Amino acid sequence: MSITATGGTSRPTPDAAPRTPQRASASARGTGRTLPTGKALPTGKALLAGLRRLTGGPEVPGPRHAMIGLGLLALGLLVLAPMLLTDFRLNQLGRFICYAIVAVGIGLAWGRGGMLTLGQGVFFGLGAYAMAMHMQLADAELQGLAAPQFMLTFGADVPWWWEPFRSGLFTVAAILLLPAVVAVVLGLSVFTRRVKGAYFAILNQAMVFAFAVLLVGQQATLNGSNGLSGFQSFLGFSLYDPANRRAIYLLAAAVLILLVAIAWWMMRSRFGELLVATRDAEERVRFLGYNPALIKTAAFATAAVMASIGGALFVPLVGIISPAEIGVVPSIAFVIGVAIGGRATLFGPVIGALAVAWAESSLAETFPSGWSYLQGLLLVLVIAILPGGVASILTRFRPRDGGPGSDHPHDSGQPDLRDLPDQPDQPGHSDRADHPTQPDLTVQEGDRP
Amino acid sequence: MTALSIRDLRVRFGAFTAVGGVSFDAADDEVHFLIGPNGAGKTTCVDAITGLVRGSGSVTMGGTELLGRSVQATARRGVGRTFQTASVFEQLTVVQNLDIAAGLHRRWPALLGMRRSVEPRVEQALRDTGLTELQDAAAGTLSHGQKQWLEIGMLLVQDAQALMLDEPVAGMSHDERVATGELLHRVKRGRAVVVVEHDMEFMRTFASRVTVLHQGQVLSQGSVTEVQEDPRVQEVYLGTAAQPEEELVHA
Repeated sequence: MSITATGGTSRPTPDAAPRTPQRASASARGTGRTLPTGKALPTGKALLAGLRRLTGGPEVPGPRHAMIGLGLLALGLLVLAPMLLTDFRLNQLGRFICYAIVAVGIGLAWGRGGMLTLGQGVFFGLGAYAMAMHMQLADAELQGLAAPQFMLTFGADVPWWWEPFRSGLFTVAAILLLPAVVAVVLGLSVFTRRVKGAYFAILNQAMVFAFAVLLVGQQATLNGSNGLSGFQSFLGFSLYDPANRRAIYLLAAAVLILLVAIAWWMMRSRFGELLVATRDAEERVRFLGYNPALIKTAAFATAAVMASIGGALFVPLVGIISPAEIGVVPSIAFVIGVAIGGRATLFGPVIGALAVAWAESSLAETFPSGWSYLQGLLLVLVIAILPGGVASILTRFRPRDGGPGSDHPHDSGQPDLRDLPDQPDQPGHSDRADHPTQPDLTVQEGDRP
Repeated sequence: MTALSIRDLRVRFGAFTAVGGVSFDAADDEVHFLIGPNGAGKTTCVDAITGLVRGSGSVTMGGTELLGRSVQATARRGVGRTFQTASVFEQLTVVQNLDIAAGLHRRWPALLGMRRSVEPRVEQALRDTGLTELQDAAAGTLSHGQKQWLEIGMLLVQDAQALMLDEPVAGMSHDERVATGELLHRVKRGRAVVVVEHDMEFMRTFASRVTVLHQGQVLSQGSVTEVQEDPRVQEVYLGTAAQPEEELVHA
């Protein structure tokens, strides 16, 4: 099942003393070997092991390590960064944080759920445009204008579907619910038809492309390809005041930390275990009485809401939202940070997204056109050499448990590209001779009730 | 009491008829073996009963029709199965695997909670399958036999009323086979156990009742002795009637 598995799946026990199911006589008591574990680490590697646990590894970190990680993140983003960075850099970091918020969701849907979400720009855009519309209307009200500036230029009236966004409450509800509804409808219709892997990713790309085209066409109502910008206030506070901008930064950082905590909870819960089980053997989950489409849809919708929140915070921080920010390319960029950081881990996506965004803006300052090439190269390298992301380096150098004759053939590293379409997740059936013309269940499912 | 009743089960794949009208009853407290040469339709029968492929005819359990339901709905009705190649969740631990199987008995909000303790039914399944000491090992690190036992343990946690096992002892050592056979006879109480198997020695040692399939049809049914003495069975397995006993063992 996993590409990196070193052939250990069905090997017979080397030392053939079979651990038999306990007989009625219970004579087998004590014959079961306890597995050698990595408890007795040489001290030099202890730090590495601690780091590995902190970054999550393939297992979700325990409460203590998660708390330490969240604490460090809070210390860095809420205390150190505001102390050390200039207003400009802090605002820049705020933008990266918005990407990191999207990344948390992608880590959940892709890393834990195996759904390559290459269209998060749609949900990012929904949140961003909802927020932008609210801010445009609020600004117009403050200035005593009948409609946002760009509409007046066009000589247009405020369209009816803008009206509800005058209410801050409605806007917040829209930011949270609109992406959820879209993701649930899309997820249910796609996952019940068992579309997955690359097909799902392509579908997402097509969706985000269509969404960007739709936005560009809305010249009079959403200012087309120029997007919405020129905001002056957020919740009644002036955006020209550095203190207010700082407050918005702190809000974004706090939201990021909260969402990482929620993601941790979701990974740790029974849902998280079931999500990993669904990722690795979707058909098997079905035989345990679960509907995998519902499980995947729940994870997909959570990722969508997180992307929307990221988008909503992006607008007051950056001051513009346009189709260029949410199209095909930005949607891929969202994923790259996650892939580099380590998609199945808790903190990997956040750190990856922050690092890639930081590298992008600092390199773009020096080599304006070089970044795209480096970004592509990074992605290729990570997929080819480190499919588990940078976080998996720490797992990789973990001492092979128990040394020779170890019982851990799978520990050599994080697997794989589980999302690739040819991954057989259909259980059983090694004996194809039993029904030679049986259609491949993973492909042809049209005749299902 | 009949737990699982299969009547005139038919499965077609296009023009090919994989199962052409199979009927048998799997009773509680019995280990019912489904044997037959390659291509006889054994696994397809199990696929149809568990909802994986569409079949016609009738499969009832406790008076409820099972055919036409989705895989997950059938599982919720109490039909559990294992697979030829053990399919456990390799990245998860033994306990996590079993806990997921117990989800059938929980309401969905429980999914939001964490797994804080080992549920009694999970503990019982660990003891039944002898995996207690391996409960925190990743399922991917288990031996082939242990994975099969884990799968059987998952069925026990599911509290399936009908257990469909697809070649549970393939690739197992002699001792592991015996242990598996004994395990099946311990778990059969109050349940119908259906085993698809190629291993004739295993079948002769542990079968309560046998159904022989051939080319999608029931060739013979009865006890081990009755089936072995059936000349049609000997013919299918041999082509001739010579040395039936020995060949049957080697088949």
